[in-house]
Amino acid sequence: MSGVPAGAMKVRGIAKRYRTGKPGDMLPDLRETLMAPFSRRRGKDEDRPPFWALRDINFDVQPGEILGILGRNGAGKSTLLKILSRIVHPTAGRIDMAGRLGCLLEVGTGFHRELTGRENVYLNGAILGMSRREIGSKLDAIVDFAGIADFIDTPVKHYSSGMYLRLGFAVAVHVEPEILIIDEVLTVGDAAFQAKCIRKVEELVKDGRTVLIVSHQLALVQKLCSRTIMIQDGVIVADGRPDAIIGDYLSALDRHLDVDLRLRTDRRGRGNVRLTGIQISGEDGASIVAGGPALFAFEVSSAVAALDCVFTIHDSLGEPVCSFDTTNPAPVDELPRGPSRSLQCRVPALNLRPGRYSIGIMLMAPDGDTEDDLEIACTFEVLSGFIGGREIISDPSYGRVEFPHRWTAA
Amino acid sequence: MDSRSHPEQFVITPRHGWRSVDLAELWRYRDVIYFLVWRDFKVRYRQTLLGAAWAAIQPLLTVAIFTFLFSRLAGLSSDGVPYPLFALAAFIPWGFFSAGAGNATNCMNTNQDLVKRIYFPRLAIPLATILSGLPDLLVGLGLLAGFFLYYGVTPGPAALLLPLFLLQGFIATVGFGIILAAANARFRDVGHAVPFLLQVALLATPVGYASSVIPEPWRLLYALNPMVGVIDGVRMALFGAPLALDTALVSLATTLVALVGGTIYFSTIERNLADIL
Repeated sequence: MSGVPAGAMKVRGIAKRYRTGKPGDMLPDLRETLMAPFSRRRGKDEDRPPFWALRDINFDVQPGEILGILGRNGAGKSTLLKILSRIVHPTAGRIDMAGRLGCLLEVGTGFHRELTGRENVYLNGAILGMSRREIGSKLDAIVDFAGIADFIDTPVKHYSSGMYLRLGFAVAVHVEPEILIIDEVLTVGDAAFQAKCIRKVEELVKDGRTVLIVSHQLALVQKLCSRTIMIQDGVIVADGRPDAIIGDYLSALDRHLDVDLRLRTDRRGRGNVRLTGIQISGEDGASIVAGGPALFAFEVSSAVAALDCVFTIHDSLGEPVCSFDTTNPAPVDELPRGPSRSLQCRVPALNLRPGRYSIGIMLMAPDGDTEDDLEIACTFEVLSGFIGGREIISDPSYGRVEFPHRWTAA
Repeated sequence: MDSRSHPEQFVITPRHGWRSVDLAELWRYRDVIYFLVWRDFKVRYRQTLLGAAWAAIQPLLTVAIFTFLFSRLAGLSSDGVPYPLFALAAFIPWGFFSAGAGNATNCMNTNQDLVKRIYFPRLAIPLATILSGLPDLLVGLGLLAGFFLYYGVTPGPAALLLPLFLLQGFIATVGFGIILAAANARFRDVGHAVPFLLQVALLATPVGYASSVIPEPWRLLYALNPMVGVIDGVRMALFGAPLALDTALVSLATTLVALVGGTIYFSTIERNLADIL
């Protein structure tokens, strides 16, 4: 038998091609199908050049490895995960793997709102590959892990999003897969539950199971993973120790951010209005210094009324530090009443420690739909300065923020 | 059994064209089918006032309307059987077919959360959707038994053939259900056409009348409707109505062609499902 050992994965020459146009638009539509026999231009596909989401992906995963997969939005990570979890088929290549595969592409997949927690555990467990008996024997452990014992017979539509998530994660990790694929799910939930999930993942690995993690939380990847690969434009561009790859990832990100904001493709949202420009500056257009004033100015593609804007400052490892949100107004705000193409946010004292930060930004239409969503719109540097007359030194172990304070004797 | 000492090996490669259904895999995933059926059934009557009584109300109302239209107003013959009994015996299998094919049409879209995020044999979805109609079918058969008692009619020994014709009806539902499920995933137009087509099909099926009202030269064409053979068969089994062999075979042939063709068509659509939904 030419198999691989349990928990191992051998990926050879995987490629995935899509037709360009709408996402997933890889087949001719009804009109094209009906008209095909009458169409004189047989080489119709040439009209729409193919888009290669992945090209020649090769890597091996050994049992017990925790592999981190890094890449910007649109780099091909999700396509790779979908191929590994057999949701979509590759256009070329071959993957050999052995053992039960657990996928956390989205926790609570297949939960039905009308069913109770217990009923959903059975349904979800079966979909994830457990037998009815197995689910029965693990039910208590699952409920206990999720910490929702009192609500297990309540329909999940009455659950808070946190409970929903905890139950979904609890089921997925109790499948005891030989290979577990995790996509971003560790980044949600409260801190205590996150820690619990991470402990559970570490337990699985200690037990010799293999884990693949996709996350933008670089700190998490650094902490958990034994190896990391980086995907860029559908190709693996780096493979090695997490520290080294994270460094590569950050510098690739900087190069990438030099591209004009209007030309960026790593964005989500409806797109009727796009972010076209950002200016981040300190006093009178100077650099930003720790404890000094800061001005965040945004420009959008068309003048619209009541456009909402949320932006979040992340530290160099991708952890959020603070957010600014027009949907949470205060009397001091002077938001434009009519249509406007620009929006500004003034911060009298930006009490960030010196270092490199990035900004993620989301624009929302009055109907609540997301118009534009850039996970990393740009980066900026905070220079050392004074807060409350105290010089702020740059030391990551000191945290990210600093507050004016005063020491006294009593 | 410890799965880790005998790990399940699997290989992912590109898929082209069609391949036959992996029945062994479908069997391994039988628990998924079981829970999907159970979910569909539970959810259907949750938060309804009348609950499972709906499974009886629908055939009762239809038969009442048909009795008024076809028997009272049009005066159609019912082969010497009390008309309500005659119509109900046909509506029970028709109702299963119509609900099964209709629900299967939308099943890939209503379950796209699953299809896009997790792997299991996709055929499990239309199968489960159709199977979740079985409890309703059982309620309908119970209702039919009640009608037999009420009208004091006793079926002959041919009634033992009833399960065979119901099985044929089930196969026809699965065949057409998976074709419609795949076609609607691919072209949403199908979802708009099917409810209307099913209404037309009810008239082109001998539910409210006996198939003997169809003029002789048209009968073979008529029997291309797979439910013609099923309903003629059910009436033969329950009432001893004559069953023409040629039309029965034509219906059976359509049923089998739908099943085989449906599985093949489904397999060609299946590999792209997550991309096209």
